[in-house]
Amino acid sequence: MGRSSTVKETQALFQSLRSAYAATPNNLKIIDVYVGFAVLTAVIQVVYMAVVGSFPFNSFLSGVLSCIGTAVLAVCLRIQVNKDNKEFKDVAPERAFADFILCNLVLHLVIMNFMG
Amino acid sequence: MASPESAVNGPTMTAGAASKSLRNAFGGVIAFIILVLIGVLAFSIRLFSVIKYESVIHEFDPYFNYRVTQFLSKNGIYDFWNWFDDRTWYPLGRVIGGTVYPGLTLTAGTIWKVVNSLNIPLSVETVCVFTAPIFSAFASWAAYLLTKEVKGPGAGLTAAALLAMVPSYISRSVAGSYDNEAVAIFALVFTFYLYIKTLNTGSLFYATLNALAYFYMVCSWGGYTFIINLIPMHVLLCIVTGRYSSRLYIAYAPLVVLGTLLASLVPVVGFNAVLTSEHFASFLVFIIIHVVALAYYIKGILSPKMFKVAVTLVVSVGLAVCCAVIAILIAVVASSPTKGWSGRSLTLLDPTYASKYIPIIASVSEHQPPTWPSYFMDINVLAFLVPAGIIACFMPLTDSSSFVILYIVTSVYFSGVMVRLMLVLAPAACILSGIALSEAFNVLTRSIKFQLPGIAGNPSIASEENGSSTVVAPNDIPKTEEAAKEKPAKKNRKKEKENVEKKPTPSKTEKRLLVLPLEASVIAVLLLVLLGAFYVVHCVWAAAEAYSAPSIVLTSHSNDGGLHVFDDFREAYSWLSHNTDVDDKVASWWDYGYQTTAMANRTVLVDNNTWNNTHIATVGTAMSSPEKQAWEIFHSLDVKYVLVVFGGVVGYPSDDINKFLWMVRIGGGVFPHIKEPDYLRDGQYRIDAQATPTMLNCLMYKLSYFRFVETDGKGFDRVRRTEIGKKHFKLTHFEEVFTTHHWMVRIYKLKPQRNRIRGKTKKSKSSRSVSSKRDVRGKRNPWH
Repeated sequence: MGRSSTVKETQALFQSLRSAYAATPNNLKIIDVYVGFAVLTAVIQVVYMAVVGSFPFNSFLSGVLSCIGTAVLAVCLRIQVNKDNKEFKDVAPERAFADFILCNLVLHLVIMNFMG
Repeated sequence: MASPESAVNGPTMTAGAASKSLRNAFGGVIAFIILVLIGVLAFSIRLFSVIKYESVIHEFDPYFNYRVTQFLSKNGIYDFWNWFDDRTWYPLGRVIGGTVYPGLTLTAGTIWKVVNSLNIPLSVETVCVFTAPIFSAFASWAAYLLTKEVKGPGAGLTAAALLAMVPSYISRSVAGSYDNEAVAIFALVFTFYLYIKTLNTGSLFYATLNALAYFYMVCSWGGYTFIINLIPMHVLLCIVTGRYSSRLYIAYAPLVVLGTLLASLVPVVGFNAVLTSEHFASFLVFIIIHVVALAYYIKGILSPKMFKVAVTLVVSVGLAVCCAVIAILIAVVASSPTKGWSGRSLTLLDPTYASKYIPIIASVSEHQPPTWPSYFMDINVLAFLVPAGIIACFMPLTDSSSFVILYIVTSVYFSGVMVRLMLVLAPAACILSGIALSEAFNVLTRSIKFQLPGIAGNPSIASEENGSSTVVAPNDIPKTEEAAKEKPAKKNRKKEKENVEKKPTPSKTEKRLLVLPLEASVIAVLLLVLLGAFYVVHCVWAAAEAYSAPSIVLTSHSNDGGLHVFDDFREAYSWLSHNTDVDDKVASWWDYGYQTTAMANRTVLVDNNTWNNTHIATVGTAMSSPEKQAWEIFHSLDVKYVLVVFGGVVGYPSDDINKFLWMVRIGGGVFPHIKEPDYLRDGQYRIDAQATPTMLNCLMYKLSYFRFVETDGKGFDRVRRTEIGKKHFKLTHFEEVFTTHHWMVRIYKLKPQRNRIRGKTKKSKSSRSVSSKRDVRGKRNPWH
């Protein structure tokens, strides 16, 4: 009884999550897909490191941190571009995107230097 | 505080707006002029040592930095990164590229290169000497920017003026003090400014700049771990007190990723950026902020009932996963003996750690806890302005003011552990004092303004509530108490709303009446200005008298007012550089290593980097042993000359005899046949006739007091204030080659091994074999 109600509640929860998420605009969904891809790449790298060993540790670090870095920056972009965020309503989405590009440039410059 | 108010209503809008913009422009120009003057002040107050002595590099550590900068300017940056130095830590050498914080030397090297390419012929030494004052001017401007973000331009200017003069900062950044802190404090304040700016605006551009400023800080000083632990602490504080916002995420998350990467780029830090416990706090809070961000996001898109279900589900599942992860983490960290922390960081967390386990860290005078008077000497008036500033930060409490409060609290704790960290306390104290003074002036000048006849007009009343809230508070307290009591009852909600609405209107009229009396305000303003004057006088005195001594040149005033200069150190180093071979090795205590390598250009055994405890203990053992054993140790290390510093003739208290017990302790920590009680008589350290035989026979005693009785006939040591114990003795294994003018530095040469054994053969051979057998059965001296 308790368990079936929990299961039902969980199902209702996932339903509401899915319906609420489906309501988000398309550009935000694209950013979310990008974030998911970056995190997935990071996970793949960690699994590979666990299998093969971490010898050029700087390469491993730079690879994983570049994936996590782009994921974080994409989340920041999503925060700034989201029209529901009242704090950022006077920031033009072009400005947010330009900041995103700049930060990514710096991140990848450092990655290239560190990869060895 | 001139904040632009666009809410001026009525037909006077255009005229009012025009006059306001003119006033703002005027205020901006004045602020700019004040900032330039503050920069000039910060630069010039640090020039006392150049005026009183000469443009010379001070102390010990700056000589190493100077030598590295010379190498960089001569050989270029690739050779600098790959430099292996064989002139120090003989026979081990030191990898300079991988063990030095390059920020300071690269900065000075860049300045030298730029200035010389503009055909201004400044030498490397001049650039090195004046780097610190220039960067202290920058640090004042950075403090202005930071405090402006927290409170406003008025507080910013006050904080900048205070930081330009605070004695604690002057002591480490005087002209000639070419050390890491000279640029590191600027980098620290600037990084904090960019963090607060990102937090206030939520712009990713400032987040990038923040990461780059943090990179500069990592390049400059080992104290960067303070930043990477303080910022996560602040983020955690904001989350816990319910101030989470998406700006916080933008301020923190990119900094962690970019910052860790940039920190790993610096060779000194390398993989320590991800492997040592000093950085774990940032990763932990990184995970926490992602969890919190996800929770807020889901809360935003779900209905409240569904959110409760989600919470229970996540808590039950997540808790199990969390426990597993934490258990693994604890196992990994606990497997290392120091739990992953470095020795110096452990000393900060547990102040008694160094004295128990690492005598070298405990012996450095900068690592001792400060005394109470040193707080008043170093930050003077700010010591009691800081609590007022803390209170001013609470009204109103914003993200940035909570950061400043956290900064001051942590830096006060750390400054209590090590006197060297008073330097980190200085900017925080200046910021908070600037806020306090600015708020006080706000209240007082507004009181004066309201009571000057015919000036108080209506628009001034509708200005900021901050300063006037202190004045309005006493009458509002009974009203807020009523409102608080009525909150739980639902039917009184309407009444509470009415109460709250009623509050502003009566308080508006009451604000005019609740200002301080005119005479009291005027006197208070004058007293505050007087306080500032006392501060300025103290700072200038501290800069001129206390903190401008280069410590390589000493002065004293003779009875008729003349100045007597003791230039013995440089005399000794130049004797060494002119009268010895380039490859000769010099042994001395580690204090003088940097100076010997930089000025005398000779290879040394140990220097101030103190990275190898065993090597230092070897030198300490040699200094504590009798002549023959010491000769054996030094001969095994290819040493040709031994240098000791002796202050008994002139009364110089920081000489080697006063430091001798540390040599015994450090040597005894590695070689157990050296025992400290052997050198003490009844627990007291003496060098007179009551001293122990071990003390009277050790190398340090003999090298310091050889022929000392010839100076005054009685052998009276002016520092220890007694006559020495053993007055007439000869040296068997060393010969004196140079003693400086005031006997402050004495240089000895190792006598070469005898070619043939003099005296009777059979009897001496048997006696020697008996003595060697005795040594083997005895204390296991490793050199026999």
